[in-house]
Amino acid sequence: MAISRCRPPPSPEPVALAATPAVELRRITKRFPGVVANREVELTVAPGTIHALVGENGAGKSTLMKILYGMQRPDEGTIAVNGNEVSLRRPTDSIGVGIGMVHQHFMLADNLTVLENIVLGAEPRFPVLLARRRARDHIVELGRTYGLSVDPDALVEELGVGERQRVEILKVLYRGARIIILDEPTAVLVPREVDDLFRNLRELRREGLTVVFISHKLDEVLAVADTITVMRAGTTVATVDPAQVTARDLANLMVGHELPSPETRTSTVTDTVELSVRGVRVAGAGSRPALDGIDLDVRRGEIVGVAGVEGNGQSELIAAVMGLADVIDGEVHLGDVDITSWSTRHRRQEGMACVPEDRQRDGLLLDAPLWENAALGQQTEAPFANGLFFDRIGARRRTDEIVESFGVRTPNSDVRAGALSGGNQQKLLMGRELTAEPRMLVAAHPTRGVDVGAQAAIWDQLRQARADGLAVLLVSADLDELIGLSDTLVVLFGGRMVARLDPATTSLEDLGCYMTGTDPAGGGDLDVDAASAAAADVAPGADPVAPTAAERR
Amino acid sequence: MTLVDPGLTAAPIDARPVRRDPIARLSPTLRYGLYASVLVLILTTAEQLTDQTRLTSANTWSSALELTLPIALAGLGGLWAERAGIVNIGLEGMMVLGTWMGAWGCIEYGAWAGVVLGVVGGALGGLLHAIATVGFGVDHIISGVAVNILGGGVTQFANLELFDSTNQSPRIPENVGQVRVPGLNDVVGGLAGDLTDTSVLVWLAVSILGLIAVTWRFHPSRPFVRPAVITGLAAVAGLSLIELAPYLDGQQRFFVSEVGRIVSGLTDELSLVVVLGVLAFPISGLVLWRTKFGLRLRSVGEDPVAAESVGVNVYLMKVVAVVVSGAMAGLGGVSLVYLFAGQFRTGQTNGRGYIGLAAMIFGNWRPAGLALGAGLFGFTDALTLQSGQTTRALLVVVALGSVALVARALITGRWRSALIAVGAAVGAIVWFNLVDELPGEIVVFLPHLTTLLVLTFASQRLRPPAADGKPYRRGESG
Amino acid sequence: MRSDRVALSLVAPALAVALALAVSTLVLIVSGNSPEEVFGLLGEQLTRVGELTKTVNRAGPYYISAVAVAVGFKMNLFNIGVEGQYRLAGVVAAGAGVALPLPGPLRLLGVIALAVGVGAGWAGIAGALRAYRGVSEVISTIMLNAIAFGLTPFLLTRYFQEEAASGTIDFATRTAALPGGGRLPSLDALVPGGLPSGVHLNAFVILAGLVGVGYWVLVWRSRFGFDLRASGANPHAARTSGVDAKRMTVFAMLISGGVAGLVGLSSIIGAAPYRYTDESFLAGLGFTGIAIALLGRNNPVGIAFGALLWAFMDIARTPMSRADLPREITTIMQGITVLSVVVAYQVVSRIARRRDAAAIARQVDDDPEGGTSEPSGGAARVGSPA
Repeated sequence: MAISRCRPPPSPEPVALAATPAVELRRITKRFPGVVANREVELTVAPGTIHALVGENGAGKSTLMKILYGMQRPDEGTIAVNGNEVSLRRPTDSIGVGIGMVHQHFMLADNLTVLENIVLGAEPRFPVLLARRRARDHIVELGRTYGLSVDPDALVEELGVGERQRVEILKVLYRGARIIILDEPTAVLVPREVDDLFRNLRELRREGLTVVFISHKLDEVLAVADTITVMRAGTTVATVDPAQVTARDLANLMVGHELPSPETRTSTVTDTVELSVRGVRVAGAGSRPALDGIDLDVRRGEIVGVAGVEGNGQSELIAAVMGLADVIDGEVHLGDVDITSWSTRHRRQEGMACVPEDRQRDGLLLDAPLWENAALGQQTEAPFANGLFFDRIGARRRTDEIVESFGVRTPNSDVRAGALSGGNQQKLLMGRELTAEPRMLVAAHPTRGVDVGAQAAIWDQLRQARADGLAVLLVSADLDELIGLSDTLVVLFGGRMVARLDPATTSLEDLGCYMTGTDPAGGGDLDVDAASAAAADVAPGADPVAPTAAERR
Repeated sequence: MTLVDPGLTAAPIDARPVRRDPIARLSPTLRYGLYASVLVLILTTAEQLTDQTRLTSANTWSSALELTLPIALAGLGGLWAERAGIVNIGLEGMMVLGTWMGAWGCIEYGAWAGVVLGVVGGALGGLLHAIATVGFGVDHIISGVAVNILGGGVTQFANLELFDSTNQSPRIPENVGQVRVPGLNDVVGGLAGDLTDTSVLVWLAVSILGLIAVTWRFHPSRPFVRPAVITGLAAVAGLSLIELAPYLDGQQRFFVSEVGRIVSGLTDELSLVVVLGVLAFPISGLVLWRTKFGLRLRSVGEDPVAAESVGVNVYLMKVVAVVVSGAMAGLGGVSLVYLFAGQFRTGQTNGRGYIGLAAMIFGNWRPAGLALGAGLFGFTDALTLQSGQTTRALLVVVALGSVALVARALITGRWRSALIAVGAAVGAIVWFNLVDELPGEIVVFLPHLTTLLVLTFASQRLRPPAADGKPYRRGESG
Repeated sequence: MRSDRVALSLVAPALAVALALAVSTLVLIVSGNSPEEVFGLLGEQLTRVGELTKTVNRAGPYYISAVAVAVGFKMNLFNIGVEGQYRLAGVVAAGAGVALPLPGPLRLLGVIALAVGVGAGWAGIAGALRAYRGVSEVISTIMLNAIAFGLTPFLLTRYFQEEAASGTIDFATRTAALPGGGRLPSLDALVPGGLPSGVHLNAFVILAGLVGVGYWVLVWRSRFGFDLRASGANPHAARTSGVDAKRMTVFAMLISGGVAGLVGLSSIIGAAPYRYTDESFLAGLGFTGIAIALLGRNNPVGIAFGALLWAFMDIARTPMSRADLPREITTIMQGITVLSVVVAYQVVSRIARRRDAAAIARQVDDDPEGGTSEPSGGAARVGSPA
């Protein structure tokens, strides 16, 4: 297992404990149907410290924290809080032992005021009437103590993201939490707000509270945490002292395993640009656009892989390309034609296909039979349409074709799509899109939830289609898949494209760095503007290799 | 399925940000006072222009209040349910249950028993709706439709069995009493002998000036003082006005005497059912916005997942809300019997349940706005009982009202709204000059048309409870 | 698997009907009536040709009303305004239809076209409001109903009223009668054994049948129907597949209203009085249509059964009251049937879903190779367990 090439592996000993650990998790295991989310997890959190938990998407961090907060129950293992073993069956149990959780997706009601949100469920003692004054005083006092000032009478809807987070923190403090869990707290914050948050966290620590926070932003974690635990593939792999490691070390631990050897093959990339994206900007939830000026080309016979931690603009990119999002700025071209204003249906009719990231929500009609699902996206063309009518026979025949060539395990094509397993649903989707022989395919996580054998089969189909001239934009969280399939690799971070890489020569460490906004050269913050300028600088038609990555070898 | 889908709404008519609205900065008390004054001014002017005295007569307003009540109560019922996230289309059926149970209760057991039983009847309808939607996850609208059908069927059947008729019940033998709303003298006069009209006038003037002064200048640091002072002054002003009403009426002055007549119409000889119904509003407001229970109930309608995550019993809140919703509708039904027909009749409710829902949307899911919306219906209803000439005068009212809206739109910089209002004013005046009287059939649906127009043009400012109409299953936050 | 689904889809209505019968029996017993008498009388009606004919006649408009509602339901749109749509359509079609200078069969077509057009336009307003302003069609159709109720007599008395015969004072509010050529031909000859006097088989039922066929073809066999059902089943997936939600909404309401407009034609082109009058027009058909659509699960055959059942219970009221039995029990039965249908379907579909989930679990256990699935329970992103 190749981990770090620069330093000897850091010591696996946790930071020396002075007192009873605030939280101690032993051998925690949690299974879901078909997936093991947590496996033999060991975690010890010292009181009065800021303890960070890092890992990739799917590493099991959120599940672990949900277990700690009582929203899930472990299948095996023990939890001890302040030295006492506890059984946490619901959030109120956790609140009872002093654990509070600040969720990544805030649990705040927009139409209620700050005070109402904080106080809900834990209203101050007073018969019947809501003792607003008492609550307000308490909240103001808490705010002063911990430096978390918010106007209690403001509607949550009016607050910015940083302020909402403060409300969430106040919520848990109000209930007397001494151990606070934060799930990806900086995911939606701008740098100034991040500084404010960290100042608050240090304040909490000063008051003796324990903070556990999950993040994938390594430089931030290094800046504020006292201890860092790394998780990978459902289990804890190391616990380190931030003073002794660099971001690159952490990236390695998060991601490190054998570099899959990209197969030697002849390139099928042609010169014809099938999809061209220029300066596209898509609005986001807060003040920051979700996609902030992307320039991208995909050629016939090319697979362009898009890497990035979820939430950095990938969904918006897909939506913009397929016509499902409001593009504030920029253009999208299919071949020579400007399709920026085209409807989704028009784009599909002209040969664009899409495998969405949430297959159940966006790709399937769960209660409909397979042969109707096979028509989704192509219902206006043969073999599904016959004039104004829907061609059932054609649909059935095509579905059988898809089932056959993509190995969908189903007794027949009348089965409800919802009855298929996730993997088979995915095969059906891939089959449906590829069998229509599109010019351009946008595929998001095409082998998510699919077993290894089927995964290989889908990859083969993709390669075959590419050889036949298909242009593919591939978004995936599976780095093996990205590196194995892509001809060109781009990385999205914060809605910008920060790197354009050659998968054959890119190391996983560098990839991990770019994905987390770290400069692979220095290890500090990535200069996003410079990076995206450099990435965009490659002239269309030129060989898309980033010289810096090769040089560094 | 919600009644207004903010997610689907296209860009608002006036996309540019609104300039600071000076009116919105006033305290609610003063704001409503301002609206009321403008309204009376408009009506008085229209009266003078068209010689239709019925627009402000005490009779009209008294009828208007009574006609408003069933609609308002239905709307209040809708509000309770929707604040907890349940759409209640079945208000009509619950109201019907209220009418029959009220009539039967009165016949069998007496006037107040009738009121109680009517409320219970509506609540039972609500319970059925709650079980279907919360217990079985049935779509809210379907369940509501079913309750409507059942309400009609059950009451007809019961009436047939007990009273041998499918159309109506016997007349109720007695009714609840009537009261006059107390004026200043009733409240404080005893202390220093009865106050004379002039001294009451002084009280009125002082309290109004005080209100204005407090709003502009008085901002003490202690939190509860200002609202308390404002409430107190408003109460004094109100009581004075009530006391003065007959005196003002006699003064024969423009605006002043109209105020007097309207106030008389609204406060004299009120059935206790009306009092009960009117009280339901501030009580609902208090419970929903100032108690723990109310906060939990509203949180369930805004974000049930967040509510569950802090330990609120979502299912229980929803069920309670819908049962109360039915009770309100039931009370509305009782008012239909006790105030108008004096008996149960099939078809009595005549769509008021739905209009109540429209009033609720009009009022942005708040009791005060709801009452205003229902009042619009009630007033128009009262006028339709008058001659076609009077209803024609309504067009002048519409024209003047549009002018007021134009002024408001101009102040806040909403040019397109101003333009639409100008169009409305012109249209109303033209129509007024073209016809001698407004055809009865048209007048009957004016409130509905208004609702439709309001919903169409104002939907961007509406703020329904965020999780309204969405089915909820426990544990979806997992 | 398929026979499983068919079996399940039959269980629910059977369950519903059984429940309705049970509750009605209870109500009858509690109120001191005899269930045997009531059900006996109902059974007897089934053997009378005259009664059956009346049932079929009445079922025609019920059926069409239910189909109109069902079209909307397929897209999760609730068209509660059917009554307003058919009244308005009726008065315009009858009134203007009389004035059309067209020969017989063309006049008939003209009347039908007018009815469809007016109904579609009226419902289209609600559709546009929903698509472009986000106003719920529930409220807007209800408001439009009230407006239609006012507009209809207005139009009738101003523009479409029959001219009083000279020398008489005619207070009837009605349009002129449609001349013979503009009417549907009589079907009495088709009934075996002849009909009692005064009873005719209304040819309108043929129109109803055509509407049913058209509904089936449109929704289950056409491209538009595919888009419609997809939008109703999963608006997100439909959107990703290219369906324009706003246009679908408007079209769905237009079609729903167009069909609704036909409802009133039963007494205009099919049977006496061959004109629009306030009295001869069935009231409340809008809500009845909703109930029947729910009962029939928006399925053309199911709706047919529902319409016949409903009509039968309606027609049975007269003989019931003649026999001194409480006829309101039929209304209660109708209401309970609706509620029990929806509840039964909820229960049945939950059972079906649980069985499917068990089947998947079994599949994973038997055959780990066969495919993995995501954790259930509403995880924010499917496939992402952490």
